[in-house]
Order: sequence, then C-alpha cells, then structure tokens
Amino acid sequence: MAINWFKYSAPSTFYGLAGKLVPWFAWLSAILFAIGLYIGFFVAPTDAQQSEAYRIIYIHVPASMISMFIYLIMAGYAALGLIFNTRLSSMMASALAPTGALFAFISLWTGALWGKPMWGAWWVWDARLTSELILLFLYLGFIALHASIDDPRRADRASALLAIIGSVNVPIIYFSVKWWNTLHQGATVKFTGTSMHAAMQQAMFTVLVACWLYAIAMTLARVRSIILERERNTEWVDELPEVKL
Amino acid sequence: MNWGEFFAMKGYGFYVWGSYGVVLLVFIVETALVRHRRIITLRQLRLLRDAGKEE
Repeated sequence: MAINWFKYSAPSTFYGLAGKLVPWFAWLSAILFAIGLYIGFFVAPTDAQQSEAYRIIYIHVPASMISMFIYLIMAGYAALGLIFNTRLSSMMASALAPTGALFAFISLWTGALWGKPMWGAWWVWDARLTSELILLFLYLGFIALHASIDDPRRADRASALLAIIGSVNVPIIYFSVKWWNTLHQGATVKFTGTSMHAAMQQAMFTVLVACWLYAIAMTLARVRSIILERERNTEWVDELPEVKL
Repeated sequence: MNWGEFFAMKGYGFYVWGSYGVVLLVFIVETALVRHRRIITLRQLRLLRDAGKEE
C-alpha cells in the first residue's frame, strides 16, 4: 500500500489527523506516567548514597532529555520551513516551543530541588546548569521573536535562524559534564549503557516515553489552533463543522 | 511501609514532592492553556466570518 506522506504536509489534512491523534497520545502518556512512577516509587530500591532524594531522577532526567530533543526537532522543523518554504513545518516549530520551554523549566526546577539537599545549593553556575538555563532562554527568545514580528512568514524566517544557531547549545549541554569539571554528576544514560539498577532504568525509561507522548499530544493540540489562525482566510477552514456553528 | 513514612521520604519529602507537584501543576496549566487557545481561536474565526457577512 502506498501512503502519500505529502498529503499530511498540507495544513488542511494535518489538522484533521492531529485532532484524531491527540487523545491517543494523551491517554497513553497518562498510563505510562502511572506505570513509570509506580515502578519508580514502589519497586525501585532506595539509593545507597542519596537515600530517597534520588527519586527526583525519574522526572529530572527524562524532562532534561526531552527539553533537548524538542529543541533539535523544533530547529529541524524551522530549518525545513526556511529551506522549502513549507507552511506546516514553521507552524510545528512554533507549536513545539512552549512545551520545550516548559520541559527546560521542569529540568531546572527539579534540579534545584535535588541540588539543595545533595550539594547544599539551589543553584550553582556550573556548566551543565548554565547551558540548560541558556536552553530555556533560547526557547523564550524564539517565542518572543516570533511574537514580535507581525507578518507570520517573516516571523517564521527570523525565528528559524535563531533556532538553528541556538542548536549548537544542545551538544554543549550533553557534553558539558565531560568537557568541564562540573559539580553536576556525569551522564546517567550514556551511549554505551548505564550503571543503574534494572527497576530504576525501567522507571526512568517509562517516564521518558510518557514525557514524549505528552509533548506530542500538547504540540499536536497546539498546532491545530495555529493552523486555524494562519489559514483563517481559506475555504476549508470556513467549512469545518466546529467553525460553521 | 505506611503512607506517612512514604510521604516523608526519609526527610526528603519537601524536595521530592516539591518536584513532582510542580510538574503536575505545569502539565495541568499547559493543558488548560492549549484548550483555552482553541476556544479563543474558534470564537475569533466565527467573529471574523460574521463580520465579513455584514459588509
């Protein structure tokens, strides 16, 4: 069966598809959060060094990873929009930014609440923490720049440039614990594997997938509004039952 | 293990629940904002359409 992938690169067809997918991603995410946190809190053992405080890891690490992934995907979509002038790619970049910013915030917030009991400080100007803070500012900068330009196509191009240039920060975050002598501990999950207990790994991985599905659900739900706002002068929008009311 | 002990997290309850509580709050607020945006967008579209008809 030949699937015409280009069909869904048109905002009019993607709008309907996204609407159908949102509840699936949202419910699957909620179920996986419940399973992941159940394993994390009731199955996984207490950490020998950090006692119960380590349990922040089940949200801190997934949120941090997602905040970096979303940035790269956002920059990728922005670049596609810039190169091929495809409307939907730029709309997707705009839809990803707020969710990415919130995951960066969660990473910093949970990090502060973990840092206080373990290091004795809410915040230190450490390479890992500082580069993650810059990631949050890049998201906010992307959103603010896009909002400050009236013509949406020009706003797409300007903010795409910001997103692409800012993407050099992502490998800096990832390798910061190797390149600099930081207070932040080394990578929990490496390309070569991990040193964690099996139940801890399962819990963290499950929450990671849950965060992914949550981010996809939020992005798809948000892009539907963006599509309607930007395609409002088209016939297909006027013909939608939710608009026709 | 009883629930009191569970919520105390061996003295780290504030940090652990302070983390997960804010995450839950962020998810609730974001969901509400996305829903609100959809309602506002649809309302604006109808207003624009009705304004166009009157001309």
